[in-house]
Amino acid sequence: MLANRLLSLIAGVAMLQGAASAARADAPAPYDPWPSLQQEIFKGRAMQDGNGVLAIEMPGRAEDAAIVPVTLRLKLPPGDARKVSAITLVIDQNPSPLAARFELGRDAGVSEISTRVRVNSYTDVHAIAELSDGQLYMVKTFVKASGGCSVPAAKDAVEARNNLGQIRFRQFAKAGDGHSSGAREAQIMIGHPNNSGLQMDQLTRAYTPAFFVNEMQVWLDDAPVLSMEGGISISENPNFQFSYVPTGGKQFRIEAKDTEGHVFQGEWKAETSGM
Amino acid sequence: MRVRRLLTTLLVWAGLAALQCQAEPLSAPLPVDEVAPGVFVHIGAIALMRKDNDGGIGNLGFVVGNDAVAVIDSGGSVREGRRLRAAIRARTDTPIRYVINTHGHPDHVFGNAAFVADGATFVGHHRLPAALKLRGPYYLEAFRRLLGDELIDEVRIIPPTLLVDQTMTLDLGGRKLTLAAWPVAHSDCDLTVFDETTATLFAGDLSFVTHIPVIDGSLKGLLAVLEQLDKIPAQRLVPGHGPVAEPHQAFAAQRRYLQTLSNDTRAMIARGAKLSEAADTAAASERPRWQMFDDYNARNATAAYSEIEWE
Ligand SMILES: [Zn+2]
Repeated sequence: MLANRLLSLIAGVAMLQGAASAARADAPAPYDPWPSLQQEIFKGRAMQDGNGVLAIEMPGRAEDAAIVPVTLRLKLPPGDARKVSAITLVIDQNPSPLAARFELGRDAGVSEISTRVRVNSYTDVHAIAELSDGQLYMVKTFVKASGGCSVPAAKDAVEARNNLGQIRFRQFAKAGDGHSSGAREAQIMIGHPNNSGLQMDQLTRAYTPAFFVNEMQVWLDDAPVLSMEGGISISENPNFQFSYVPTGGKQFRIEAKDTEGHVFQGEWKAETSGM
Repeated sequence: MRVRRLLTTLLVWAGLAALQCQAEPLSAPLPVDEVAPGVFVHIGAIALMRKDNDGGIGNLGFVVGNDAVAVIDSGGSVREGRRLRAAIRARTDTPIRYVINTHGHPDHVFGNAAFVADGATFVGHHRLPAALKLRGPYYLEAFRRLLGDELIDEVRIIPPTLLVDQTMTLDLGGRKLTLAAWPVAHSDCDLTVFDETTATLFAGDLSFVTHIPVIDGSLKGLLAVLEQLDKIPAQRLVPGHGPVAEPHQAFAAQRRYLQTLSNDTRAMIARGAKLSEAADTAAASERPRWQMFDDYNARNATAAYSEIEWE
């Protein structure tokens, strides 16, 4: 279902971009895609100002449009009994604006998620938190970058192929407040070209077909910690770093799938804060 | 009498201008230094490519032999390429037979079209045609915003037809240039030019002096290539950006920066620091030593991080 929605978004916005590129390159974007994206992705559901609920951090100017770091930080006040159940990341001007949707395990205590995305032109980036009572909260930021989706893939194609399907999992004590809260951080690295379908092959000059990790799930023992449904806006070698509060679970299990049906999985023993 | 001489001079200039106008737009010669006999260098501005500098930020050069002139990088716009050509013509009538591109970045290849009418052969790394095919259209689009329509409209992406697989010698008549193609380092198509007669090494963007080095290929690859370049018996180094320098000192300074970047980034990755933190703080101790640090260091750190994290 998500795949269908993604496809229609890809098609729709590709047409818009064709029209836009006929206009002057330095003219301001005449069209704000957000209202129609909001309608398409959230069925027009009302959204509130999310500044007390979550924050989105991205550099104002991207150093490399193909790898733009983004951090989503949850900051629901302690007195609020609700929980954040999902966060959706939308990069308005990208050919496929719906970059990722994360679902948060109910008791995992995830308070921060970082990943890296492609940014194709100067754009608003929206993050929308869905709370346990069904309400939506939105924040946005603006990023100056261009060409992230069409920048040629890995500089070293041989090395990239060697990494395909590798999952690496790393665990850390959380920096900053982690010591008192007991929170920890984990990082998932997936070796995958995540081809956007907009990059051209060096030799054939044909467009490399879209081929990307579209699903990932993380469990601690049998409890879901984090899951992701994603599109071509996630950078090559998808990378997710998140914080969580250990619940005594012993074993992390990760499963990822790509658009060609490959399944990548692994299990890792959960490290504890004492280590 | 002085007035008369001035008038004559003006008339000659006017005549010349009229002549040149028929053939091509009149271009003021680019300032160049003869850093060794027959070896000329134009030092580019330490700046980003902009409309008001004609995209002229890269170092350009030419070497004059008995039979042929070889151009080493053509500039950041056709306008700059024409000015380089005018500088050559102000010094010699020897035909311009070769235009060597040290790699595919816009500041080094956008001037190529200025030398097409000379019938020059374009020379480059065996991977340069693919790199230009792949990135050329993207460069033209992206740099239109920075250079403006007037400069970009006349730029043509001209790939080399004489390709260097490993090394190649070009005989200019009475002097030989040794060209060497390198593995992925600054970019994926770096080529160096060594003038045997004067022991002058044109290193392209494998070398930066005073201007912060830039990585668009591989940090580890660049460190390895610099070690090899340091073994070339060169007496002077023409970097891709920054002044002509003594080779060993210049390579040492650049390796120190790259090694610091590598060490800092590796330590951050080990303790779980995010990419954004590396971009903000890696190699900060090197800031006072380089110009354009804030324009490129974060980008270098991003490249270093995404390379090292997969070690
Ligand atoms: Zn360069």
